[in-house]
Amino acid sequence: MSTLKVLDEDFSAWKCVTCGHTLNPSPVELEYLDSKFNVELPACPDCGFVLIPEELALGKMAEVERMLEDK
Amino acid sequence: MDQKNLRDWEAKCTQEEPPKCKARCPLHVDGREFCRLLQAGQIDKAWAVLCRTMPFPSITARICDGDCQNDCLRSQRGGGIELAALERFAAENFKRSPMLRALPPKGKNIAIFGAFLPGLAAAWDLGKKGFTVIVFCEDKMQGFGNLPADRISNQVIEKELAQFGKMNVSFAEHGKCDPQTVMAACDRFDAVFVDPLAHNATQLGINEVDTVTLQTSKEFLFASTEVNNSSFISLIALGRKGALSIERKLQNASLTAGRDREAPFETKLFTNISKVQETAPLAVPTEGYSAEQAQEEASRCLLCECMECVNNCAYLEEFKSYPKAYARQIYNNASIVMGTRMANTMINSCMLCGLCEKVCPENFAMQDIVLEARQDLVEKGHMPPSAHEFALRDMDFADSSTCALVKHQPGTTQSKYVFFPGCQLSASDPGAIERTYAHLCSTLDGGTGLMLRCCGAPADWGGQKEIFERKMESLKRDWESLGHPQIIAACPSCIKILQQELPDAEIISLWSALSSEVDQLKEPPETALLSLQDPCSARDNHELMNDVRMLLSGINVTFNEPELSGSLTECCGFGGLLANTNEPLSRKVAERRAEKLDHDGVTYCAMCRDMLAKAGKRCQHILDIIFPDGDADPAGRTAPGYSTRRENRVRLKETLLRETWNEQPEPRNDYESIAVKFTGEARKMMEERRILLSDVQKTLLSVQESKQVLENMETGHMLVQFRPVTVTYWVEFEMSGTNYLVHRVWSHRMRVLG
Ligand code: SF4
Ligand code: SF4
Ligand code: SF4
Ligand SMILES: [Zn+2]
Repeated sequence: MSTLKVLDEDFSAWKCVTCGHTLNPSPVELEYLDSKFNVELPACPDCGFVLIPEELALGKMAEVERMLEDK
Repeated sequence: MDQKNLRDWEAKCTQEEPPKCKARCPLHVDGREFCRLLQAGQIDKAWAVLCRTMPFPSITARICDGDCQNDCLRSQRGGGIELAALERFAAENFKRSPMLRALPPKGKNIAIFGAFLPGLAAAWDLGKKGFTVIVFCEDKMQGFGNLPADRISNQVIEKELAQFGKMNVSFAEHGKCDPQTVMAACDRFDAVFVDPLAHNATQLGINEVDTVTLQTSKEFLFASTEVNNSSFISLIALGRKGALSIERKLQNASLTAGRDREAPFETKLFTNISKVQETAPLAVPTEGYSAEQAQEEASRCLLCECMECVNNCAYLEEFKSYPKAYARQIYNNASIVMGTRMANTMINSCMLCGLCEKVCPENFAMQDIVLEARQDLVEKGHMPPSAHEFALRDMDFADSSTCALVKHQPGTTQSKYVFFPGCQLSASDPGAIERTYAHLCSTLDGGTGLMLRCCGAPADWGGQKEIFERKMESLKRDWESLGHPQIIAACPSCIKILQQELPDAEIISLWSALSSEVDQLKEPPETALLSLQDPCSARDNHELMNDVRMLLSGINVTFNEPELSGSLTECCGFGGLLANTNEPLSRKVAERRAEKLDHDGVTYCAMCRDMLAKAGKRCQHILDIIFPDGDADPAGRTAPGYSTRRENRVRLKETLLRETWNEQPEPRNDYESIAVKFTGEARKMMEERRILLSDVQKTLLSVQESKQVLENMETGHMLVQFRPVTVTYWVEFEMSGTNYLVHRVWSHRMRVLG
């Protein structure tokens, strides 16, 4: 499955406090109601902690959630 | 809903019934659509409407005398529409006529005897459908002799006769045919139609004719008995009837099926004309209407339709259709196995308020289909998880040990009564409950217990049958544990559910309890005139609505009734969990309702009070008037947000335990000790996004352990997340001293797998 690029903005101002690394676009797998998606999201290169930015959560992600709920 | 149920529901809604003009017209011309187009000045399109129904329209449209005019609904408001004159106008003034195309010949031969209006109409209809028709007559102009000459020129006649030629019809001008010739033709042709103006059945020696089908005792021969005093248009309809029978006969189809509405009939369409002003028809000049006059007369048409429920319900209006169509959408939604259930949002947006049933001439109860559809979604596991989750969580919270309470009056071991204020009043105005309970304890003998909990309405509205049943069991247990006291309930929704689910309990409204001892109440200072908002759940409870009015009058509060009041009252936008599933619509409903109240509102439902307040309407709960707390302006009190509502319930229990029962409340949860402040924007976000203070506190607490924190190197803000069960919360904050200052919050349901 291809990895979808869903964000244009730069999230490198965020750093993982525990590891001290800035976040990099990384492939991440998301799941809702048994559907899975591969997308590129900012994550800590060390511990893998993923940031779900506000505009994604309220925009595209919310839209997909709603769509899957009606499936 | 099965097929049969669907059909029953569909049959109930009259919206697709024809208007009176169409029902009465022997040809069932769509006068409404015709007028709609003329109103818009679209003469060609209006003309096309006539061409769809009328045979040889250039003639028919000029000769109809308006059989429908007396039946037109407008006749009850000034005079029926001059459809005949409008049709003539269209025939005289169209620029383009739609192409008429006949089907290719089917190889079936029909003989028609007589070229008067019935014969010509039968020929037209049959020829158009691909039958090869010969019209035997003395003279093909014979039918036009007695038509009003001033309306029809030879040119018009010739044009239409030419059209016959293009539609598989030819004329055989043989002089007058005798009955023997007609009978003989039956052997040579596939079917025969006899124009009753040329020969009636008796003249043919036939005394038996079925009036519905025109079938005679001789197979394949269709004729009619004598026709006296028939209007031009019904003569044409007679020919059409014969043509349809012949077509069916030659297709071996039933001659009689589904013809009950072929003749003029009574429509079931209801149209509310209570607000329609009288206007008289525009006199028709001898030369006919001018374009302006035609438009003016057409504008008197009421474009009859029902839509009574849709006009009174913002929800039905929102989804741009009407119950008959909604019933089908709901049925289809339930049949989907794979694919998108398009009607989910529609199903989850009804307020279940029952107003439609009251205003509908056929009592169509949209709430019944919708609730069943929700139960079905839940049962099949198809209910969108996000639809009602927030409300169900809120219900569980109200019933949790932090908020719920079941106790006898302090110092007693028995309860003759129990006060049941409902979880929304506890959330909206806990102080009112303290004051009311104190009053009841001091005025009633025999012990008055208290039950703080939810009645289970959210589970019911959400279609959660199982959860609802469990709630009812625990509700019953609570009530029994107090020894079956009489229930004094404050919330109209609670009353409705308690009456349904606890049939053994005696239930009265708080308002009835108070009004029976009205002299025990302090008369409030004189107030300006108020507008009474009946909650929708009181709609069928006349006793309750009456008690409230008695109580208000008893304490000399003057009020008026809004346009829709009593059993026709409107929902505030909270019913059916609308505020959860479709917040923008819920706000629209509240605003619409607020506009209907001329003065400051007064109501006896905590949700009505808060929903109207949120819509910017000044509104009081009756308890604000009866047991004021000293607030100078209770009508202007802002509606508490979701977090405050929860906190109000918790504090109500704590205060009552401490002050009324002298007991120590349970200690608070750990996360509640986390001190958080919010920017104004963050506070707004929480309300809009339904994120609770406790969600934020739990998130911050969980991170104290996990240490999973992001830091923004430009703003210095920290960002943390937490997923208790089904929702992930994100909190962006900065530390100000030892406090968290929250800037932004958001959430999502999707899960990160890695
Ligand atoms: S008012 Fe218009 S739609 Fe209604 S019956 Fe009359 S012509 Fe028909
Ligand atoms: S129950 Fe109420 S909200 Fe639902 S369709 Fe009927 S009037 Fe509208
Ligand atoms: S009120 Fe509504 S449901 Fe009833 S007939 Fe009219 S359109 Fe149909
Ligand atoms: Zn890290």
